[in-house]
Amino acid sequence: MNVTPELDSRFRDAALREGLVDVRYDIVESPVGELFVAATERGLCRISYHPDGMEDVLASTFGPRVLRSPLDDVRRELDEYFEGRRREFDLPLDVRVAPFHADVLAELARVPYGRTDTYGSLAAKVGRPKAARAVGTVMNRNPIPIVLPCHRILGANGSLTGYAGGLDVKLRLLQLEGAMLI
Amino acid sequence: MGDVAQPIPPFERFYLEHRDEVLGYLRRLLGQRAEDAWQETFLRALRAYNRLQHARNLRSWVFTIATNVAMDELRAKPQLPVDGVVVAEIERDAFRELEHLTGGLPPTERAAVVLRYGYDLPYAQIADALGSSEDAARAAASSGVRRLRRTHERHA
Repeated sequence: MNVTPELDSRFRDAALREGLVDVRYDIVESPVGELFVAATERGLCRISYHPDGMEDVLASTFGPRVLRSPLDDVRRELDEYFEGRRREFDLPLDVRVAPFHADVLAELARVPYGRTDTYGSLAAKVGRPKAARAVGTVMNRNPIPIVLPCHRILGANGSLTGYAGGLDVKLRLLQLEGAMLI
Repeated sequence: MGDVAQPIPPFERFYLEHRDEVLGYLRRLLGQRAEDAWQETFLRALRAYNRLQHARNLRSWVFTIATNVAMDELRAKPQLPVDGVVVAEIERDAFRELEHLTGGLPPTERAAVVLRYGYDLPYAQIADALGSSEDAARAAASSGVRRLRRTHERHA
């Protein structure tokens, strides 16, 4: 006895309407592969290049009531970004990280579209000029890549260094934005 | 010892694992009225999900909720559907022969018979679902089966 798609989406809608969901997620197709996206009532809380096991990460971070459900606003803004029609995201964010991470991510969010900055420079901006390596860790654990643009952060010598989606994706995003690379 | 506590699985996984069999169960108990009861079952599960203390027996837990929803429905509107929609993926011979007649059973016996022979739940878990003792669950199932046999013989 299989649940029909109609019955299934009626249930998912009712669950959301009643406010019973801690965090909802969706899989969005993009030119750089499938993206796992998730949001709480407060806003977008995750983007991941690696969907496997992400439901468990969500459950341990935001609560066990994890439900798949279309995230139309997120999908639309990402589509516009990848089509080159959007330079800034208007989505509300729900970022739950330690204070140092929050400071670094707030500075990261100010790095403009099409520009790059370095780990060291970001460290200096949060008042910890010697913490370039720690900033690297923050980038590495960025919960919302693309929207929080860690792809715009490079090594001091201009090297791509690393990226959760792979260096090819980092390069591709920078090219999409028309960033000047050394 | 050695029984490491499992974390509560994300609701989505729990839901995907049980949604079809719970609908099948409610179809057997409620016929055409099953869909609303099915939605109510998973909404109740979701309301309680963040207060779960452990991940053991989630299957019997959701059957318990479904049974409660079905009992509420059967008590409110005891007019039973004749057969409703009956699916035929039952393994137990006795139940397979008699399944189409369970619509005539009293609610508790019906639930006990369907859970035991349709879903292979142990009596301890059926007792949880019915809110009764294990003996009472066993008695309800066997009384239900006797009643089915009598009905069957009358019709035969």
